[in-house]
Amino acid sequence: MRAAPAAPPLAPPPAAGMGRSAAWLLVLLLLVGLGFVLDIALGSVAVPLPAVVRILLGQPGDTAAWEFIVREIRLPKALTALAVGSGLAVSGLQMQTLFRNPLAGPSVLGLTAGAGLGVAAVMLASGSVAGSLAIRALGVGGSWGLVLAATAGAALVMALVLALAGRMRDNVVLLIVGMMIASVTGALVSLWQYFSAPEQIQEYLLWTFGSLGGVTGSHLAVLASVVAVGLGLAFGSAKSLNALLLGENYARSMGLVVGRSRLLVILSTSLLAGSITAFCGPIGFVGIAVPHLTRALLRTADHRVLLPASCLAGAALTLGCDCIAQLPGSQTTLPLSVVTSLLGAPVVLWVVLRRQNIRSSFS
Amino acid sequence: MRSATPLLTAEDLTVGYFGRKKMPRPVAGSLRLALWPGELVCLLGPNGAGKSTLLRTLAGLQPPLGGQLRLGDQELTSLNAPARARQLSVVLTDRVEGGNLTGRELVRLGRHPHTGWLGGLSAHDEAQVQAALVATGTEVLAHRPVGELSDGERQKILLARALAQDTPLILLDEPTAHLDLPNRVALMRLLHRLARQTGKAILLSTHELDLALQAADRVWLLSAEGALRTGTPEDLVLSGAFAAAFAREGLAFNPATGTFELHAPTGPPVQLVGDGAAAFWTRRALEREGFVPTAAPAAWRVTATLAPPRWTSQLAGGPEHSHDSMSALLRALNQISTP
Repeated sequence: MRAAPAAPPLAPPPAAGMGRSAAWLLVLLLLVGLGFVLDIALGSVAVPLPAVVRILLGQPGDTAAWEFIVREIRLPKALTALAVGSGLAVSGLQMQTLFRNPLAGPSVLGLTAGAGLGVAAVMLASGSVAGSLAIRALGVGGSWGLVLAATAGAALVMALVLALAGRMRDNVVLLIVGMMIASVTGALVSLWQYFSAPEQIQEYLLWTFGSLGGVTGSHLAVLASVVAVGLGLAFGSAKSLNALLLGENYARSMGLVVGRSRLLVILSTSLLAGSITAFCGPIGFVGIAVPHLTRALLRTADHRVLLPASCLAGAALTLGCDCIAQLPGSQTTLPLSVVTSLLGAPVVLWVVLRRQNIRSSFS
Repeated sequence: MRSATPLLTAEDLTVGYFGRKKMPRPVAGSLRLALWPGELVCLLGPNGAGKSTLLRTLAGLQPPLGGQLRLGDQELTSLNAPARARQLSVVLTDRVEGGNLTGRELVRLGRHPHTGWLGGLSAHDEAQVQAALVATGTEVLAHRPVGELSDGERQKILLARALAQDTPLILLDEPTAHLDLPNRVALMRLLHRLARQTGKAILLSTHELDLALQAADRVWLLSAEGALRTGTPEDLVLSGAFAAAFAREGLAFNPATGTFELHAPTGPPVQLVGDGAAAFWTRRALEREGFVPTAAPAAWRVTATLAPPRWTSQLAGGPEHSHDSMSALLRALNQISTP
């Protein structure tokens, strides 16, 4: 980081903001790299860091077992963590700006609940899709059945929200609609649980814990490409999101076609949150917390900086949480959603209490 | 002074809202308007007359219910949003928090319609931003977070943002609301100067009648019934249109002073002798107490001098009393009038 300017209130050099942002982007990039390597090294079988780096660089591995573990299991998992962290953080940032609400996150549109409904419906119809043992061993991403069910549920809600968003002028109404959709789908899932056998409920519960495992090969390719499209759309919306900082009326007066921009933002968020929930189950917290974290760290409101920073911070946080989920060192890992909340909530509390003007970022 | 073509014209314009089942609910109708370059126009009218509705319609933020609304030689509704944003900018009553935005970053947002799809600012854009900061005297706010600005400072930085948008037209919706009197005066003076110096047409709605009467080149007067009178402030005052628009039970507009009478006279006439500030403030004090100050001889007589500050009172040829303060004078008068 560059040295702090001597007299910030009156005349810091004009480039100070950019320097601070660039420094933080670099720090976050390093953290992502570190987390990526650590995430691959840690687990029930610990692989030494030098060996990890050698295998990642394509040099002959020290042992075939390590090579298999790194290439086939841990590398896909770390890549999934990258996609999940960056995708959720960016969709959370978009929702918070669009709705000008600090509590908004990827789940406000009801997509997560929709995915849950899809999974619940398929489990109800077939009795068992994956089996709780399979979920525990492979993760929710390991079963195409679960992925397709969740995708269908999320897509259904997405279609509904997009259709409604096109008709409404007011974002607050849209926010309420999203939350009501989430509420209805949640109630349907509860209803299903009420009439289900305990084993089925356990299966569903395992799905709700979320996991990064099992997303390999074609699954990973699908997830990565959908997330890439979503991120691309989000980065393309950076200028619109900046204009929306002053509210819809000002944005409109500055030449923004608010309806179209809103649809793009919702489409991007739907793709990101929907695909991630479909492959990894609901992973809470990252989407709400990371945007606050990056805004507080970079002290900027410019989405051209906030979007990449949220990407990196989300990826770093998810990788870090996954490392911690492995730490017990036993055969089982902790549920990712639990770790993100346990670790993330205190971090965000610290940031928010330290900078008490979070409220003023919204209105 | 006027150039040949108005920047904005409206013919038979009806503004209002669409209610249930798309039923139009007009607020004001048959409006005939024109805005010329370099003039400051104040839109006045009682609460509920439709000032904000008219302003939002002119800004393209809500569709007109009927009639023609032209920006230059194009129909406003036919312009796409970016083209419109290069013609007119606004300062709204919407609350702007801004959070992490600094003053300069907020002003930079004004360049939105002029930048590419990524929103990067060129040297020309930055120069425009700096010019807007200088013109509004807000350079000192450039590095401050918008969330920490006072209401007056925020209003000025929002005006700077509108200036940076570099449009021939600026519309402001009640920019003086929430400001204290010095800030209101300063803002009106700034707007008047900007209109003259930059040749922009500036239209603002306000409740500040006396400030508007002083600063406006022209006034658009919207009555509670939604009818519009336009003209120079003086013409509207002298023709009685001003008093008619704000006519209310027990409320009288005094064309002699350009203000609304706060106090209804109940007491006897008092002949006031004196001039300058002493007479002016003595008149105000007498009016507040319910007396009717006149220049003509009356049973009661009061004299006022400024240097030294001294007042005398005399009742119906009785003895003359001398007072060394306004409160002593008022006390004496009240003692006589309420035996």
